Amino acid sequence: MEDFFRELAADAPRWNFIWMYEDRQQAKILSGLWMTIKLSVLCLIFSVVIGLIGAWMQGSRSAMVRAIVQGYIQFFRNTPPLVQLLFFYFALGQFTPVVVGADGWTVEPIISNVGWAIISLSLFAGAFNVEIFRSGIEAVPESTVEATESLGFSRAQTYIYVVLPLAFRVCLPSLNNNLVNLVKTTTQAYAIAVPELLYHSVTIWNDYPSAQYPTMLMLFVAYIVLVAILVFGMSRWEKAMIIPGYGR
Amino acid sequence: MKKTIKTTIYGMTIAGMAASSASAACSNDVWNKVMERGKIVIGVKADYKPWGYRDDSGNLVGMEIDMANDVAAKMGVDVELVAVQSSNRMQFLEQGKIDMMIATMSDRADRREIVGIPGPNYYTSGTNIMAPKALGFKEWEDLRGKKVCGKQGAFYNQITEERYGVEIVAFTGNAEAKQALRDRKCVAWVYDDSSIGSDLSSGNWDDFEMPLSSEDDNPWGLGVPLAETSCVFGNFMSGMQYNWHRSGALIDLEAKWGIKPTAYLQMQNERNSDWIK
Repeated sequence: MEDFFRELAADAPRWNFIWMYEDRQQAKILSGLWMTIKLSVLCLIFSVVIGLIGAWMQGSRSAMVRAIVQGYIQFFRNTPPLVQLLFFYFALGQFTPVVVGADGWTVEPIISNVGWAIISLSLFAGAFNVEIFRSGIEAVPESTVEATESLGFSRAQTYIYVVLPLAFRVCLPSLNNNLVNLVKTTTQAYAIAVPELLYHSVTIWNDYPSAQYPTMLMLFVAYIVLVAILVFGMSRWEKAMIIPGYGR
Repeated sequence: MKKTIKTTIYGMTIAGMAASSASAACSNDVWNKVMERGKIVIGVKADYKPWGYRDDSGNLVGMEIDMANDVAAKMGVDVELVAVQSSNRMQFLEQGKIDMMIATMSDRADRREIVGIPGPNYYTSGTNIMAPKALGFKEWEDLRGKKVCGKQGAFYNQITEERYGVEIVAFTGNAEAKQALRDRKCVAWVYDDSSIGSDLSSGNWDDFEMPLSSEDDNPWGLGVPLAETSCVFGNFMSGMQYNWHRSGALIDLEAKWGIKPTAYLQMQNERNSDWIK
């Protein structure tokens, strides 16, 4: 296998699959892939949690709470994720507490660039998720909510046991869309030097211009596979949650 | 299976090279296009003071911009300057977005497979670091295991990583990387010694120094389309560079832009100087 790619690189100078036969480059790709997966999974989880809490707060009786959620949505939905990343890391990063390094000069912010990427991307996708969950919640018939009230459910109980399970089924397709987008948006963390897949890929094709096409090809395949896994899981989940007679 | 993959890839490569396969016959496509159009599109840096940067009113200026303007003047065409980055300059040239580039590119063997780099090289620089005086680095080995900021696309990132075991944190632009150094997110910024030298002399980096001896002195090359390296375009640019060295124009430009005089330009000027004074 390794010899095949070595030979190929010698014969076709633009098709140097260097990470197939050189350990150092292979390690870069693998660590980049692992970072992309970690980023994706953590941001997925946090953004869904933010979405759930946000949607719940949107139904609050306090106008103040509703305004805060609305402000959050407007801010994060209406600015580019790349600008958010740069702003968080360079501007807000200055105000976070720091730990002074062993040499007495460098400082290690408590929130690293990876940390900022997770925070920023989760908040970005979370803003969309709030709206997505709201659309699901609004699709739950008023009469159903009234029925829970007559049974003596509290607002939280109604939300957790009745509204959310029904709302979830309605909004899964659009949630699915947003989460797919989130996985792809993790590439932008490249701008603040988060060593994810794109970062390492660019490094490799800068060091070895001959590896550019193969590495770009690999990027495509990697994201197709990652998103395919996500979509597969989500549609399995969607199927498992079907209630006969509800929704479709 | 192997054979199929190989054939497919060959097919793609050959299709991709179809345009350049006429190189032996020198079709001079880009050169002719430039002449016909009456305008040359030159890729230059916009973030590499004082070789290529934007002045207060947003215009691209610098030593390489002066060179680019000179090229257009000698060709008798108008010039359009396009700002390129280290990580996309070769691709821009390859795809025809720019006709040529003068963009602080180090002349490397693997790069010559992608773009044409005609001699003689117009400049040279080595690798060094900008580090806070407080840390008092003395030699490269002092950096082992430490975080050093770098720029995506610089060839020496990998070299310093492998040779001295530093951990390179590479940003997409110089501004971000240097900001990260100011924010103390890394102990140093690894880059061309010439660029660091002009940063230090700008007065904005008083607490910093360039403490190490430069390594990997590497000549810079301007880029023309690969297929036209030994055709009109490449030969014309060789002539331009030769005459710049011969007349000492580059030494004058160095002085104009406040760059520390390099021994390389002096040596080239002496080597190529006219025997009739």
